[in-house]
Amino acid sequence: MPDGSITKTAMLEISDLHGFYGESHVLHGVSLEVRQGEVVTLLGRNGAGKTSTMRAIMGIMGKRTGSIRFQGQELIGMAQHRIPRLGIGYVPEERGIFSSLSVDENLTLPPVIKEGGMTVEQIYDLFPNLKGRGSTQGTRLSGGEQQMLAIARILRTGATLILLDEPTEGLAPVIIEQIGVAVRALKQRGFTIVLVEQNFRFAATIADRHYVMEEGHVVDMIPNDQLDANMDKLHTYLGV
Amino acid sequence: MFDLLGVPPQVLFGQLLLGLINGSFYALLSLGLAVIFGMLNVINFAHGALYMVGAFVAWLLLNYLGLGYWWALFLAPTVVGLVGMVLEKTMLSRLYKLDHLYGLLLTFGLALILEGAFRHQYGVSGQPYPIPDLLKGGQNLGFMFLPNYRGWVVAASLIVCFGTWFAIERTRLGAYLRAATENPVLVQAFGINVPVMVSLTYAFGVALAGLAGVLAAPIYQVSPLMGSNLIIIVFAVVVIGGMGSILGAILTGLGLGLMEGLTKVFYPEASNIVVFVVMAIVLLIKPAGLFGRER
Repeated sequence: MPDGSITKTAMLEISDLHGFYGESHVLHGVSLEVRQGEVVTLLGRNGAGKTSTMRAIMGIMGKRTGSIRFQGQELIGMAQHRIPRLGIGYVPEERGIFSSLSVDENLTLPPVIKEGGMTVEQIYDLFPNLKGRGSTQGTRLSGGEQQMLAIARILRTGATLILLDEPTEGLAPVIIEQIGVAVRALKQRGFTIVLVEQNFRFAATIADRHYVMEEGHVVDMIPNDQLDANMDKLHTYLGV
Repeated sequence: MFDLLGVPPQVLFGQLLLGLINGSFYALLSLGLAVIFGMLNVINFAHGALYMVGAFVAWLLLNYLGLGYWWALFLAPTVVGLVGMVLEKTMLSRLYKLDHLYGLLLTFGLALILEGAFRHQYGVSGQPYPIPDLLKGGQNLGFMFLPNYRGWVVAASLIVCFGTWFAIERTRLGAYLRAATENPVLVQAFGINVPVMVSLTYAFGVALAGLAGVLAAPIYQVSPLMGSNLIIIVFAVVVIGGMGSILGAILTGLGLGLMEGLTKVFYPEASNIVVFVVMAIVLLIKPAGLFGRER
């Protein structure tokens, strides 16, 4: 059963994805795959198409061509609100904490779409900072706490694939450490995670594989255990 | 009998009641406008016309189907809500990506069409609508006489307004609404069908106007122009309260009604413009409105 084995291993399969915002062509043939239980990062400079790839998966993009398959189902052409209901949770770069909602309301806003999500208690164990803050206005939390809340609210829903867009951006090292602990815990729980990161040192502590993007497509794939050997190449890609 | 500042209490309280009743309609209408503006970013100029349609649906139900006030109280807002949903799906939804101005122009045109159609059919003179039997008569409160129907209008509109406020600010459904008002794209990315929510919000907002129309039918007459007389003041109320603020719309509506009533007692000449004077002052001091947030 060759087909069966492919759907078993590749949870998310993107091939020759082109994406457009209005007239501007931002994704130029992205191809990548993510297997069940893996943590995969998208590395690349600003404007390389990392965030756009995530938005394309969620359907938040004017026009897409090519193919995005999640557990065998084609997402291109699917109604936008149905995509998350397949079990995909999205944590946007800007975090998207709602200022007119309390922390509790933010946490319970995304509807539960499948069984097997984490309970609020388990979420508080993972992010103790959020405990006891329920009635606080969402945007009164610190940047790090808002990031934790943005991740936390996806964990309740039963989503199995999580798209994390730059969870460490603008945060202090001690908070980044906490986020790292949480992401590793999620991996152990069996979540599949796609992570956009500028900070590849952080990425290296978590990920199984790294896709390097440039000018709207994937130019390289580096398994995490070969990261050291490829450091020069990576520096060239990222311009650091 | 004692006088207050040289005014007999019957006159004072009579005008305050009148003000409270006007204020109830301001509150119901501006609440609908605020809900619609918050979610759709559309300044719904058709609101007054849909209020008129609500009153006419009540009148038509009574005269053609023999269905009385209590039926109308339920059916007219439903009809107006459905009309609203059709308008949203077929026309308004095409304008969200454009400037506010287009929504305003479209709804203004719709208001003219609706009013013109009813005027053509029924003329400009008002049609009488009877007070339901259950609410005829009144209570003597000692300091004033309170007609039962007017008391009912104030109570009903307060219940609906604060019920709506509670539903939006304190329930899960309301949390979706608030979140979608802030960031519809992200709410959609959580798996909620935002376009359907937007349609239902518009339907609900105009259904409130339809309900106000039914409540108004026995007090004012049912006339094609009843909405356009009211809507200008209601827009002033919305501006004073702050665009999109739910509580602001309710409190400002009631407050300005009362203020109008008081002006009628103490300086009647100014009663028609007091709302606009207040609007000018509020805009000078707090451009976002009393309850509005700066954007």
